[in-house]
Amino acid sequence: MKTIEPNSSIATPETFPPPSMAVWQHNHILDLDDFTREEIELVLETADAMAEVLTREVKRVPTLRGKTVVTLFHEPSTRTRASFELAAKNLSADTVSLDASKSSIVKGESLIDSLRTIQALGADIIVMRHSQSGAPYLAIKHVNCSLINAGDGWHAHPSQALLDLYTIRRHLGTLTNLKTTIIGDIMHSRVARSNIWGMTTMGAKVVLCAPPTLIPRGLDSFIANCQLPNVSIETDIEPALENADVVMPLRLQMERQQSGLLPSLREYIQLYQLTTERLSLAKPQVLVMHPGPINEGIEISPEVAHGAQSVIEEQVTNGVAIRMALLYLIAGGKNK
Amino acid sequence: MPTTLLISGGRIIDPSQGIDKVADLLVAKGKITWMGDKGTAPSHADLTTIDAAGLVVCPGFIDLHCHLREPGFEDKETIATGTKAAAKGGFTTVCCMPNTNPALDTQSSIDYVKKTAEIEGLVQVLPIGCITKGRQGKELTEMSELANAGAIGFSDDGNTVASSRIMSLAMDYSYALGLPIIDHCEDKELSDGGYMNDGWVSARLGLRGMPKAAEEIIVARDLALAQLTGARLHIAHVSTEGSVELIRRAKEKDIAVTAEVTPHHLTLTEERVMNEGTNRLLAYDTNAKVNPPLRTKEDIAALIKGLKDGTIDAIATDHAPHTSVDKMCEFGLAAFGISGLETALACLMSLVHSGQLDLKTIISKLTFEPARIIGTGYGELGILMPGCRANVTLFDPNKEWTVDSRDFASKGKNTPFDGCPFKGRVIATIVAGKVVYRDNPE
Repeated sequence: MKTIEPNSSIATPETFPPPSMAVWQHNHILDLDDFTREEIELVLETADAMAEVLTREVKRVPTLRGKTVVTLFHEPSTRTRASFELAAKNLSADTVSLDASKSSIVKGESLIDSLRTIQALGADIIVMRHSQSGAPYLAIKHVNCSLINAGDGWHAHPSQALLDLYTIRRHLGTLTNLKTTIIGDIMHSRVARSNIWGMTTMGAKVVLCAPPTLIPRGLDSFIANCQLPNVSIETDIEPALENADVVMPLRLQMERQQSGLLPSLREYIQLYQLTTERLSLAKPQVLVMHPGPINEGIEISPEVAHGAQSVIEEQVTNGVAIRMALLYLIAGGKNK
Repeated sequence: MPTTLLISGGRIIDPSQGIDKVADLLVAKGKITWMGDKGTAPSHADLTTIDAAGLVVCPGFIDLHCHLREPGFEDKETIATGTKAAAKGGFTTVCCMPNTNPALDTQSSIDYVKKTAEIEGLVQVLPIGCITKGRQGKELTEMSELANAGAIGFSDDGNTVASSRIMSLAMDYSYALGLPIIDHCEDKELSDGGYMNDGWVSARLGLRGMPKAAEEIIVARDLALAQLTGARLHIAHVSTEGSVELIRRAKEKDIAVTAEVTPHHLTLTEERVMNEGTNRLLAYDTNAKVNPPLRTKEDIAALIKGLKDGTIDAIATDHAPHTSVDKMCEFGLAAFGISGLETALACLMSLVHSGQLDLKTIISKLTFEPARIIGTGYGELGILMPGCRANVTLFDPNKEWTVDSRDFASKGKNTPFDGCPFKGRVIATIVAGKVVYRDNPE
């Protein structure tokens, strides 16, 4: 495949380079629990500059030229992986993509050994997806390069939460005092967990709405112990949707029903599907979001998924800008 | 070697006889020969003296629950290294769990452990036999033969016998043998492959939780079966307030139940999974991954209360050594267990120093009480009396030290106490009159 090399003929962009990085403290991006409001704002502003790059005919800047970004995915993923790889290429980084199901990991190599090997190959930034919660926290103890968590188990998916915040801010201007309702499989959702931190840090309220079997038992004490008064739990969808500014149904994995967590998909659809009728409980300008991939007709009706309030496709586009911003910030943070 | 040993001027604490006084102790030919006032010991030609001034001198500790890993998992621990760790921790007798490979479910495997321990072991090793063949929960082992070979009780440790029918049959059988059934109480269906306590930390970290009820359900079942069969039941590593309450009520009804608790369940909570030493940085510390999992401070309070009022009889380490490969991996994939023999006393002393337990209670729970559970069939244990085998532990209740797992005699360096400053340290361990461990006086 032919790659377009960046060259000096690229015009100096108006919004590029992005804002000052004085507030940036991170060598790694593991979750949003250790992000301040200023840091999140910096990511969002940086993403604005990146979004501008994405509107150009040649969507490429030389910022990460000579840097190597390795994506290491221990779990199937299409959009997150493609999004990170495109983001890295747009910044002129060299990218290497490792699929754990096809690499030496299936031959019994440990995570630490694969990471060390990747580092020895010259990686500057590792983007890692892993099925086990907490894997990135193990990883950073054994590598010197930067690591971006592209999703770990049920725990965190910070770049997804950031692109959610970015999308909301683009449409509604601010997150302060917004009511955001996340519906569905909270227990197994890294998107929900990262959004709890991101949304509340930015001043939004979060309502977590799920069937009782998909709410982790300790969730209420987690909210209390971490002093998150803006997060609440609701098992009925109607009050959860009332006056919501943002509604985000989560993908329902079919195996949840098979493992007995749900009586039937039919009942789930009856109780929790985001339908046009239910959506009318929310504010008129409500944003409908989804981290994907969508099960149309399960957690969301096709009319709502593709309706006027849906920004689901835009989330995907914004994901590239957010990931460019993260790669940029983390590379800069490292050079300092 | 056949010298006489004088342990001079220590504070002798032996709860089995209600002794707590400064005195001298003479040891000869493997036995305690004399106890009396300081400086009044009968003179001997070749006397070796240990100055025990400022030290506690007590019966050797007895661990009802440890994993020596041999045969089958010699990369984690061997009988030689495990008993060395025991000696360093002040233990003179250890009961080893049968989850080896092969499991201790035949006479020959029990024989193997006993013989290896005789040759390579620094302390007395008493094996526990399996309840069911291969710890599969299906068919009973030849329990009578295992008892004759020296099994002190029966357990499928780690693999709770799921079938209540098989468990009741095992209890019928063990009742006839007069030996306890020792159960790791866990409803595996309910704990569902969980990694830690089901609570706020598991919700925060996105880890599958093990509800307390998974333990309590089996405790309740076993107590009902013990009542039904009359068998002796010993509940291993009690970790929840609810279990303590169930056992307390069963004891009121004179059900033949005893129970143990580990030093780590008495001192650490579920929050420890997020901690790396003193650093509050979010982490997934596999050294705090243990089964039953670390619980909450309410549970700790109930466990301490249970120790004080006698609901919980003994303190056992559940020493579970693992290799670094078993632990240096993703939290969900890491092995359960804590290498506990060498930190047990210090850990318990932290409870003494903070005023939560007294010295006599912890010594009683490490000596006399476990000895009572083991019975008298394996020598007189847990007592300092002239004529008895000289199993003696000397410790300095105030010596300050910092845990460094690299110094462990155990092959298992997996401890959540690494870097912990402790006060209280074993100074010498004597097994059958022989000094098997001495703290090097750096």
